[in-house]
Amino acid sequence: MIEAGLKNELQKQGVYVTTLEDLYNWGRANSVWPLTFGLACCAIEMMAASMARFDLARFGAEVFRPSPRQADLMIVAGTVTKKMAPLVVRLYNQMPEPKYVIAMGACAISGGPFKQGYNVLKGIDRYLPVDVMIPGCPPRPEALIHAIMTLQEKILNQKLTGPDRPRHLNADVPGEFPVPAYGEHDLEPPNNPEVWQPPAIKR
Amino acid sequence: METLEQIKARLEAALPQAKIEILANECAAGERSLLVDAASAFAVAKFLRDDAQLCLDYCSNVTGIDWPDKELTEKIKVKQVVDGVEKEVEEVKKSLRPGFLEAVYHLYSMELKHGPVVLRMRTVNRTDQTHLPSLTPLWRGAEFQEREVYDLYGVIFDGHPDLRRILMWDGFKGFPMRKDYVAPDDFEYEPTPHDEVLEQAKKHYSTEVKA
Ligand code: SF4
Repeated sequence: MIEAGLKNELQKQGVYVTTLEDLYNWGRANSVWPLTFGLACCAIEMMAASMARFDLARFGAEVFRPSPRQADLMIVAGTVTKKMAPLVVRLYNQMPEPKYVIAMGACAISGGPFKQGYNVLKGIDRYLPVDVMIPGCPPRPEALIHAIMTLQEKILNQKLTGPDRPRHLNADVPGEFPVPAYGEHDLEPPNNPEVWQPPAIKR
Repeated sequence: METLEQIKARLEAALPQAKIEILANECAAGERSLLVDAASAFAVAKFLRDDAQLCLDYCSNVTGIDWPDKELTEKIKVKQVVDGVEKEVEEVKKSLRPGFLEAVYHLYSMELKHGPVVLRMRTVNRTDQTHLPSLTPLWRGAEFQEREVYDLYGVIFDGHPDLRRILMWDGFKGFPMRKDYVAPDDFEYEPTPHDEVLEQAKKHYSTEVKA
């Protein structure tokens, strides 16, 4: 390990030193490959973000992989219906660690305009640990780029050792999440209490 | 294209057993439609498709409507003898129109570039006699849309090649687009409840918080 102060001092003198942690995180942060799938209108903005005008390639995240086995990032772009939710969780389980989730748009965060409907999940965070949420209906491509930059920042600050090391370096934390089953009207269970619990609101 | 009256007259001549009615439409578009009885609907639809003058070879849309039981009030004038003088008195008569389900087909002709002709069929009731003939054998494109009407309204299409739920999953109970469908209370929390959601939320506030 090298102290941050000493590192800065050396850099000023033209000596570049780094740590394995920095190098490792730098590499991962600049090659976040998303999984190719879109669920509704937000996916159109996601496509726009990856095209020439907004050019997600500038952030190393343009390589949309058609297989969950090769992807690092799941962009939940759109309305997650109750019928679709188990499949989304299963896809997430198939992704290798380290893996991240961006919930894009009002629907993926909370059910959005369809929240009171009979067939829309009230947020993918009921079943999956979400790293970055983007509000908006739909969020602009810039917002998605901002989310990717936020995620990159998060990756760059990850410690490789110690109690708050990321999940993929901690054998005790599960990398797979239970897939909900179809019930008569809703999914069973309606949320995964290990990941999400309704916040207590005082009135 | 012929008017609906002409089509109806030709249909009645070709298929004397069919009961056909022209339904008016009060809204701005004024699109009128043909109501046919379920028993002869298939024959009527086949006629519309195969007739050389109509040639309605394209079914653009199939949808369902739920008509719940409705109380109809009618004002009628009755003659009554009041104090020895005959008078006209208005009386309100109430009657119950039993509910039914309806399937609506919008038909066009690609060949002759005209349309639409709107075709409607009605089930006997909303509970146990919800069968209608499937028109998928005539217009292949109706297959998924009839499945959708079955899924959301519960109309059973006889003769459909593969009648399963399409939007909801297989084990789902109930037909969510029916007017009386009540989704189970799945309230979790709501930061800013209002209107119906507020009513629902109040039921979930714990007693100490309410006081
Ligand atoms: S948040 Fe808005 S734009 Fe995005 S999927 Fe939902 S409805 Fe569509």
